[in-house]
Amino acid sequence: MAEKSPGTPAKGTGAHTEADGGHGGGFPPFESSTFASQLVSLAIAFVALYVIVSRFALPRVESVIDARQNAIEGDLAAAQKFKDESDAALKAYETELAAARSRAQAIGSETREKLNAAAEAERKTLEDQLTAKLAAAEKQIAATREAAMSNVRGIAADAAGAIVQRLTGVLPDSKTVSKAVDASLKG
Amino acid sequence: MKIDPIHQFNIEPLFTIGHIGNQTIAFTNSSLYMFLSVAVISLLMIGGMAGRQLVPGRLQSIAEISYEFVASTIRSTAGAEGMKFFPLIFSLFMFICISNLIGIIPYTFTVSSHIIVTAALALLVFFTVLIYGLYKNGFKFFKIFVPSGVPIYILPLVMFIEILSFFLRPVSHSVRLFANMLAGHIALKVFAGFVAMLGVSLGAVGWIGGVLPLALTVALTALELLVAFLQAYVFAILTCIYLNDAIHPGH
Repeated sequence: MAEKSPGTPAKGTGAHTEADGGHGGGFPPFESSTFASQLVSLAIAFVALYVIVSRFALPRVESVIDARQNAIEGDLAAAQKFKDESDAALKAYETELAAARSRAQAIGSETREKLNAAAEAERKTLEDQLTAKLAAAEKQIAATREAAMSNVRGIAADAAGAIVQRLTGVLPDSKTVSKAVDASLKG
Repeated sequence: MKIDPIHQFNIEPLFTIGHIGNQTIAFTNSSLYMFLSVAVISLLMIGGMAGRQLVPGRLQSIAEISYEFVASTIRSTAGAEGMKFFPLIFSLFMFICISNLIGIIPYTFTVSSHIIVTAALALLVFFTVLIYGLYKNGFKFFKIFVPSGVPIYILPLVMFIEILSFFLRPVSHSVRLFANMLAGHIALKVFAGFVAMLGVSLGAVGWIGGVLPLALTVALTALELLVAFLQAYVFAILTCIYLNDAIHPGH
């Protein structure tokens, strides 16, 4: 411990004089004899620091921070690009899907129409055939009935002639018999 | 046992470098701590960034935070043009901050506890402002002494005050830092000295009683840590504000 102790009560022994201290009896920050040394050291140290800081330290930190900033921005841009790409792909997929769906619908309806038309045509030919057959059959029935009816008239005339002959013993005139049969058939 | 809170500020020559006139230029303990501070800053800023990692480690984080901190201080007070003085302000801030922090370690020396050092730094800032302001703006620089919107009859008085305050800037700029560091270290030393003094003079009772000043010393050390950083910041931000006058005169 040095001897000078301003403002503190002296404890123990020993005289406290200004001269015998370690610091020439003054307040060190105000000792002008040390100023030149400090200024020279400060100038050298501060200039050295300035050169180190401006030439090496700050550019280096700046480049690292810039590199990081660029990396972040690059990553964000890449992410945005990928997102855009996936959006585009999704859109393409959706349009493709819509197109395929409408195409399927078109094909479906076309096929249905074609089939309907074919079925319709077939039905028509079948119907025509059936109508023709029906007409032929009806014609045949009518012919058969006519033939049968004419046969019936012949048989009836014969039978009526025979009946009259048996009853009267006289063979009636065939003209008269057929006229009577006709009247009876009509009636 | 005596308390000598002044002893820690002694300048002790370690060896002689040379002579200027009849002045002996010595390499002193102060010089040692100046160069130590420069070395620590270089190590932090260059060694810390050696990895150049995308995700910074601890040292790199400190280096980058220092960079961003000073850069944002300049941008917010002196604008983008103030970035011209980034190396100067960064050097000032780091030099004061690191030397102050080293000074808190017991038995070390605090460079900025000497008025000659803080005055030299403050004058460096003062002349930078003056020369750059005149170089960039010519006579328009003197507009900083003539605030706009002041009635003509009190303008001379206002101008007088502005000019006086301008030339007193280096004084307040340097004394603020010097006085803070000086007072803080004296207070620390006094309270730390009480612990030993009580113990020696009162024996066992004294050692127990010494707990109180010891606790105070711990608390003061924490406060000094804050002051060490804060004074460096204040010095840097005042430099920015003064430089802002040189860049944009006529406020």
